[in-house]
Amino acid sequence: MHNIFLIIQREYITRVRKKSFLIMSIVGPLLIASLWVVPIWLSTRDTDQKTIEILDDSGYFNEKFTETSSLKFEYIQTDLVAAKTEILSGENYGLLYIPRINLDDPEGITFFSGKNPSIEVIQDLEWAMKSVVENIKLERSSIDQATLDSLRADIDIDMINMTESGEKAGSAGVATIIGYISALMIYFFIFVYGIQILRGVIEEKSSRIVEVIVSSVKPFHLMMGKILGVGAVGLTQYVIWLVLSIMITTGISSYFNIDRKDSLPAQTEQVEVIQEDQGNEFVAEMFNSLESIDFGLLAFAFFVYFIGAYLLYGSLFAAIGSAVDNDADAQQFQLPVTIPLIFSLIVLTAILREPDGSLAFWLSMIPLFSPVIMMMRIPFGVPYWEIALSLTFLIAGFIFTTWLASRIYRIGILMHGSKVNYRILGKWLFMKN
Amino acid sequence: MKDINLEVPKQSIFGLLGPNGAGKTTLIRIITQIIFADTGKVHFDGREINSEDVRKMGYLPEERGLYKKMKVGEHLIYLARLKGLSRNEALTKIKYWLNKFHIVDWSDKKIEDLSKGMQQKIQFIATIIHDPSLIILDEPFSGFDPINVNIIKDEILELKKNGATIIFSTHRMESVEELCDHIALINKSNVILNGSKHDIKQNHRTNTFIVDYTGEFRNTNEYFQVNEESETDEGYIRATIKITNDQSPNDLLSLLIREVEVHSFQEKIPTMNDIFISKVNEELNA
Repeated sequence: MHNIFLIIQREYITRVRKKSFLIMSIVGPLLIASLWVVPIWLSTRDTDQKTIEILDDSGYFNEKFTETSSLKFEYIQTDLVAAKTEILSGENYGLLYIPRINLDDPEGITFFSGKNPSIEVIQDLEWAMKSVVENIKLERSSIDQATLDSLRADIDIDMINMTESGEKAGSAGVATIIGYISALMIYFFIFVYGIQILRGVIEEKSSRIVEVIVSSVKPFHLMMGKILGVGAVGLTQYVIWLVLSIMITTGISSYFNIDRKDSLPAQTEQVEVIQEDQGNEFVAEMFNSLESIDFGLLAFAFFVYFIGAYLLYGSLFAAIGSAVDNDADAQQFQLPVTIPLIFSLIVLTAILREPDGSLAFWLSMIPLFSPVIMMMRIPFGVPYWEIALSLTFLIAGFIFTTWLASRIYRIGILMHGSKVNYRILGKWLFMKN
Repeated sequence: MKDINLEVPKQSIFGLLGPNGAGKTTLIRIITQIIFADTGKVHFDGREINSEDVRKMGYLPEERGLYKKMKVGEHLIYLARLKGLSRNEALTKIKYWLNKFHIVDWSDKKIEDLSKGMQQKIQFIATIIHDPSLIILDEPFSGFDPINVNIIKDEILELKKNGATIIFSTHRMESVEELCDHIALINKSNVILNGSKHDIKQNHRTNTFIVDYTGEFRNTNEYFQVNEESETDEGYIRATIKITNDQSPNDLLSLLIREVEVHSFQEKIPTMNDIFISKVNEELNA
């Protein structure tokens, strides 16, 4: 046991010391933070109000545009040529010219500006004009605003999850997002660090370091030391990512003096009131329904499935590394190990459709698939007995793969030059001692 | 491998010889308990070997490597600690050996910055850092220049003087000749020769003599047989003469001086190389 500890320590220290680890630790959180911060930053950056002159020959739009945080309007009454020269020389952003139009087929509406106007401004104007025209048309059909409002139906199904501890607002959207993120994280972790184990074993084997090491260490200890050491590096990386992401996100948001809640009402002032309202409702609903997810269970499950999956796949990767002489030879054995992983990712959409279905259930029981599948399902709520059963199988699974791997590893690391195929691997498995 | 029965005397240098693929490495791996024999036992100090004994061994494998990215000092500490030394013991030992080899300033160098020979030195130090009582060296001289070969040879002799038993596997017969007290020759997983170097050499004497002379030597008979004749740089004729077992070298000499002028007379003692080759060929033809 003393030796396993030494091996873990060496694996951990040499890897954490590498430049690539440092770079990944910094770049990762920056990427994560930018996913949050950039959209917020973009939405708050555009604070200066643009003034738009309206020259309305039709008379339909007089005083009908509402000022927003980004646009304000001036209604003018000169002729078009004078107004155009005014725009060129003046401070105002642009001129919206509305000629006498046929409401059924409005044509000739033009926006003049000194520079190319932003798509956003044009869309805002189009939206505003559209609703004005619609209102006029409704009036013509003798439908007033009140009738219209009463006609409009807004249906929103409230989702309540009933649990023993009470009822909580639920949301399929939130569960999906959280499920996807945790499933992807487990997938990513196994892949990245599994490959690191594989490479590490191949390096030790091809440079004949094992020959020196196995005279003082049992092959099984060497293998487990590597798997655990690399795993510890992975966990460290995740913790760094988590902490740095939170720090960077909060740091940058407080710098821009924005908080997610504050930025929401600001958006409602924009022109497309109806749409925005729905968006906000969705976001608000999302925040509410976060409560419905049992984060304690989620964190626990993530941790155990994470470790279980890593040990299960990690030992298989170690076995592959021990059997081959170089990375290229590893390809053929890597495929059968990575297929279950990729399969569980592909099947996620089917799981989403029916998180409690029989496909979901059975895949959650098979250790090769259960970690990714279960992380997808847990936000939707999975009975405790299912989790317990699935974990039992997972533990049995990684004990089995570790045993399998150690049989192959002990012989593989000392074998050189011979082309290895599945039949030979099978022979190694049952070789005595 | 079958019917291998070897005894390595304490505090001796035991040469384990054999052509490529003879099973030397397998035998060594069995001794060091890296792999286990299907049948048969390894005894250490007169009793069956246990895992504690393995700690008292130092094994330098033929194919060997080090972690390229590690520094010399920390690598040695790592290997020493795997052998059960504490950090402080390891540091003391490393300092001693680096000093001895005059390479103290390598301590902070990365392994990948060392030449192959330099790496071999580090590996040698790693093998003996925990004062093993049994040292197993598989081709310890590969990658060394002649100066370093001598340094390592001296170290091996000193280790033996200090009480260590050394098993030494190599193809370099001249170092076997120089260092080994006992020799075992393995071919095709069988021991074909085993004993002290002295005995083996005695047993392989061929009663052949090398004579440099001037004149003409014609009087060969059934007791004396000239195998080879050539001319030396000095203008002498060099003949290799084999005598039958009932004749003594003096008989040959007295015969010679009657006919020719003898400038040099020497018994042709077979080198380990000759014995090795003739033994392996014998097996091949059998």
